[in-house]
Amino acid sequence: MNVLTRRLLSDRRARIGVGMVAALVLLAVVAPVLTPYDPTEQLDLATRQLQPPSPGHPFGTDFFSRDLLSRVLYGGRISLTVAFLSVFLSITVGTLVGWVAGTAGGVVDAMLMRAVDAALAVPRIFLLLVVLALWQDVTVGVLIVILGLTSWFGTSRLVRAEILSLRDREFIAAAQALGTGRARLFLYHLLPNVAAPVIVTATLGMGHIILIEAGLSFLGIGVRPPTPSWGAIIQEGQSLLTSAPWIAIFPGFAIVLTVIAFSLLGDGLRNALDPRSQ
Amino acid sequence: MTRFVALRFLQAVTIIFLVATITFVLLQVAPGDPFSVRMEQGGTVSTELLEQHRRNFGLDRPLHEQYVRYLQRLARGDLGISFAERRPAWHAIRDRLPNTLLLAVVALLIDFTIGIGLGVTQGAHPNSRLDDTLSVVSLTLYSIPIFWLGIMLLLVFAVGLDWLPAGGARDAVAYPHLSLLGKIGDRLIHLILPAVTLGLVGAAATARYQRAAMLEVIRQDFVRAARARGLSQRAVLIRHALRNALLPVITIFGLSLPILLSGAVLVETVFSWPGMGKLAVDSIFKRDYFVVSGTAMLSAALVVTGNFVSDTLYFVVDPRTRRQ
Repeated sequence: MNVLTRRLLSDRRARIGVGMVAALVLLAVVAPVLTPYDPTEQLDLATRQLQPPSPGHPFGTDFFSRDLLSRVLYGGRISLTVAFLSVFLSITVGTLVGWVAGTAGGVVDAMLMRAVDAALAVPRIFLLLVVLALWQDVTVGVLIVILGLTSWFGTSRLVRAEILSLRDREFIAAAQALGTGRARLFLYHLLPNVAAPVIVTATLGMGHIILIEAGLSFLGIGVRPPTPSWGAIIQEGQSLLTSAPWIAIFPGFAIVLTVIAFSLLGDGLRNALDPRSQ
Repeated sequence: MTRFVALRFLQAVTIIFLVATITFVLLQVAPGDPFSVRMEQGGTVSTELLEQHRRNFGLDRPLHEQYVRYLQRLARGDLGISFAERRPAWHAIRDRLPNTLLLAVVALLIDFTIGIGLGVTQGAHPNSRLDDTLSVVSLTLYSIPIFWLGIMLLLVFAVGLDWLPAGGARDAVAYPHLSLLGKIGDRLIHLILPAVTLGLVGAAATARYQRAAMLEVIRQDFVRAARARGLSQRAVLIRHALRNALLPVITIFGLSLPILLSGAVLVETVFSWPGMGKLAVDSIFKRDYFVVSGTAMLSAALVVTGNFVSDTLYFVVDPRTRRQ
């Protein structure tokens, strides 16, 4: 075991986080094997509509007689995939912008950072509403791109600050004196040093994005039905709250557990990667 | 002082100008313009009329000219037109704004009361069992989707116990016939669930921040000195530590605003609260683009103003910021 893994696993809360994230990913991967039903299949509208939880349907069924457990498990696949890909996109863009701003300095830096300030001033959901208002059919792919491209602002600030503090260090000066090119300097000397805080941000970002995607899907402008997503299932559940409260209840627990898992893992990684923070 | 305030003010204005620019750019890169998205839903207006609209709005002009016109309109307070309500978008937003502000202010009070209470308690007894338990509570609260929390509270207090109304800002039937006191009471009853929902989620973040602030102060020399002089734990905490640990509240206020406004969009939708956030969401489905962009611009202006106020306050209250 390397030092990082040992440090991470020495913290009880981080261990719980690692376990939970691993379990969630596993559940999402093996969902097709676990679920006896197709998440979009309407089983029997006449006899199996709005069934309360029972051994045959542990989470009950919904208005269209679909098995809720299958929908929640498949919803997890969608949520985790959307979150992972958009976080990946956002940290990539954020790192590149932060690098450009931090290395270029001057006018470029000032302009980029003021633009970031402005983007951060618009409350996240309003920013997404403006973008989504002009889009007709939001596919999952488009949603990933939109979420990714509206989430990199914080990362770019962080990376810029790290690069500014690294810029004057001796090993950077030494590399430059040896005639290292810009790209190589970034890939081999700067990137390994900014990787730690970026990985922490990305892990915590998973939780944020899952909450935001759920919120958008709840509003009806994120992942669209019939594709199962936790937020959209809760929206369906709100209108049936008096007759079938389980529809709104179960996917909510799935979201809470997932977000807690990534928060614990993110905090654990921060402590393991940066001993000063303890 | 004047120099600092002037500088911050200039920054605030710059940011609002940039937000306007970002909105303009988004409009350009999106597939479709406000008129085409409008058409795809209704589809009853002829192409000629559509072109007429575009010309009136200057969408046939070169880009830089459009940009200048757009800024000029904004400077006059013109946010565009609401297609759905057939009046200026600003008027549509103006009617809902007081509801959102009322909700946000009450939620902020709940947020601060619970959040600061939790944070100070944790910070005063770091790493104790109590601290650990409260950390778990605030982590859980932090991880709950706000709209789901609202629905769960609704399930318990409106559907299950029937203590509180399920939504709206006032009773649709009885309200006009109530006395003044009855009207105020009716409003308050409708405010409870949405405000508690919004406040609780904010409290989780506030508690985290406040705990860190308390920890920082409690380690300092003047606190140790107070202890050394034999003051009771209570006196040290309240008169020495807390006074200083409460300074960051001003910062939290600035940080809370965007979270509150984002949360308000979801909370207003859950509880059919007739505010700016619900208007924005409804307008998306009505393809009422300028109302959506108007609410975004206005919420950004609120955030920037909030930050300006909190920076200025901090400058007045904390002498250390004046040293440079």
